[in-house]
Amino acid sequence: MANTAVSVGGPTRQIRYGSVSRDRKRALIWSYVFLVIFAIFFLMPPVYMLITSLKTSAEISAITNPWWVYNPTLENYVSLLTSPEYLTFFWNSAMVSIIVVTITMVISVLAAFALARMRFWGSATLATGVFLTYLIPETLLFIPLFKIFAFVNELTGIELINNWWVLLFLYPTLTVPFCTWIMIGYFASIPKELDEAALIDGAGWMQTLTKIFIPVALPGIIAATIFAFTVSWAQFLYPLAFTTSTDQLVLPVGIITTLIKGDVFNWGQIMTGALLGAAPPLIIYAFLMDYYIAGLTAGATKG
Amino acid sequence: MVDSAIRVGTANGAARGGLHRLMRRKSTIAFFMALPLIALLAALVAYPAGYAVYLAMLSKSMERFVGFGNFTFLFGRDTFWQVVYQSCLFAITAVVFKAIIGFVVAHFVHNIPAKGQRKWRGMLLVPWVIPPAMSTLAWLWLFDPSYSAFNWVFDHIGIGRVPWLGEAAWARFSVILVNVWIGAPFFMIMYLAALKSVPDQLYEAAAIDGASWWQRIWYITLPMMRNIIAITALFSLIVTFANFDIVRVLTAGGPLDYTHIFGTWAFRVGIEGGDIPLGAAVSLFMVPILAVAAIFILRDITRRGSEV
Repeated sequence: MANTAVSVGGPTRQIRYGSVSRDRKRALIWSYVFLVIFAIFFLMPPVYMLITSLKTSAEISAITNPWWVYNPTLENYVSLLTSPEYLTFFWNSAMVSIIVVTITMVISVLAAFALARMRFWGSATLATGVFLTYLIPETLLFIPLFKIFAFVNELTGIELINNWWVLLFLYPTLTVPFCTWIMIGYFASIPKELDEAALIDGAGWMQTLTKIFIPVALPGIIAATIFAFTVSWAQFLYPLAFTTSTDQLVLPVGIITTLIKGDVFNWGQIMTGALLGAAPPLIIYAFLMDYYIAGLTAGATKG
Repeated sequence: MVDSAIRVGTANGAARGGLHRLMRRKSTIAFFMALPLIALLAALVAYPAGYAVYLAMLSKSMERFVGFGNFTFLFGRDTFWQVVYQSCLFAITAVVFKAIIGFVVAHFVHNIPAKGQRKWRGMLLVPWVIPPAMSTLAWLWLFDPSYSAFNWVFDHIGIGRVPWLGEAAWARFSVILVNVWIGAPFFMIMYLAALKSVPDQLYEAAAIDGASWWQRIWYITLPMMRNIIAITALFSLIVTFANFDIVRVLTAGGPLDYTHIFGTWAFRVGIEGGDIPLGAAVSLFMVPILAVAAIFILRDITRRGSEV
């Protein structure tokens, strides 16, 4: 690359022949050195999770090198994957995430299409409003929502608190605004000629959406789906506030409230549980990294 | 049904009224398509946000209207001011370090040959992909008072043990560290995308003019990336400020409230302490800062929108 070629050594003007390639090499070596240091910093916690998850409780409490596994064992994985409790958490998380992703994509693709292509009264304001709601954090909403749910219970007798499906109402508030926002962006970038041609050929709005917009904006839809899944899988505050009994918990809350019993920390199991809990987003990320990154940079995600 | 509304072919034959009806039909369809979104945002975002204001003005049992009683009560409590200070401290420090580390790492990734970049980028974004509650558990274990893996290393190289979560100053440091660890990769990705959009000719021209490495960053890279830097930092400021997961898992506010921020303290007071109005009042104090950040972000977005 051109920019690495330029002297790293500072503003010295006496550049000799051959020094450009030497400087480039030196800059490259330094880049790699620092990248390795940063990679160690960034990957250390997950690697340490893996190390701990392969140890027995005896080895964890022994005074040995914590960074090395002397007697690797899959004991923790076996005991967690056969524990009905943990499998319930996993199942709850999977159900919540999959349903929320479906709801989110239906709501946001429809709305984004309407906002990007078919103007109606107040549509510009609504687009701004969608973006503003994206900036409202869940830490601001959980207390009034808690009270509202209690109120709904008094009024109708429907018990909303301490049921996993209540999360199906709550998570879309976090996923829909962002997904709508990036879908508006993707839809708006589709040339107008394309849907005009479809309209002239006699397609209705629904057909234009399903036959033209969704296929053309498929990368955007994949990116939005990944985002919605990651957010609903990782959400921690809502399930912590709204669900309490162990059969209703989702994975993050389940691990933290059931595996940590009082002051007794079974770290081998906690790390195994956390690693397995981090696995679905990591696997999706490993396979669909480019879509993931496109989604991140498209809408300037929360960071 | 929907299809029949848009027989464009028949429109030229029809009178003005027909065309008008067509337009109205289109906007009606659009409105119905956006209706689920409107209903969701109105019922579960806008209404609770407004309700929070009313809720914050009730007494603890929620039977009496106390006006600004909860707010004046908070102003009189030292813990509240501590929470304000800590929220600002965490958000600002963490965002600054995220931005610096993200910028530096993005530069290094940009420097290496293009074919290796994908692999490094993929590896360095991992902290951002892991659910924060899970990765914070790993940090909690790394910071464990008796089995801390960091302290084991420190013992071996002769530095004393560090009370990571036991002392106020160290606990604050640890919270910021975890925040930076989770957030810096996001900055890296954003900056990397921005770096790629800076035309190479600018650097070539600068190199011919004899600009140093530092001058090139200061006079070319930073001005070209100003927008992305600003918007990423503002987003991150909002999220770090309103954070919950990290502090909750790592310290739960302790030791002695020295790491509580608005989100965790509102949870402690409102849900665990049973004083819902006071909790609502606490979380409402996030609004001014969020609003300022939101105004700047919106201004940037509308400006970018009008440029296109």
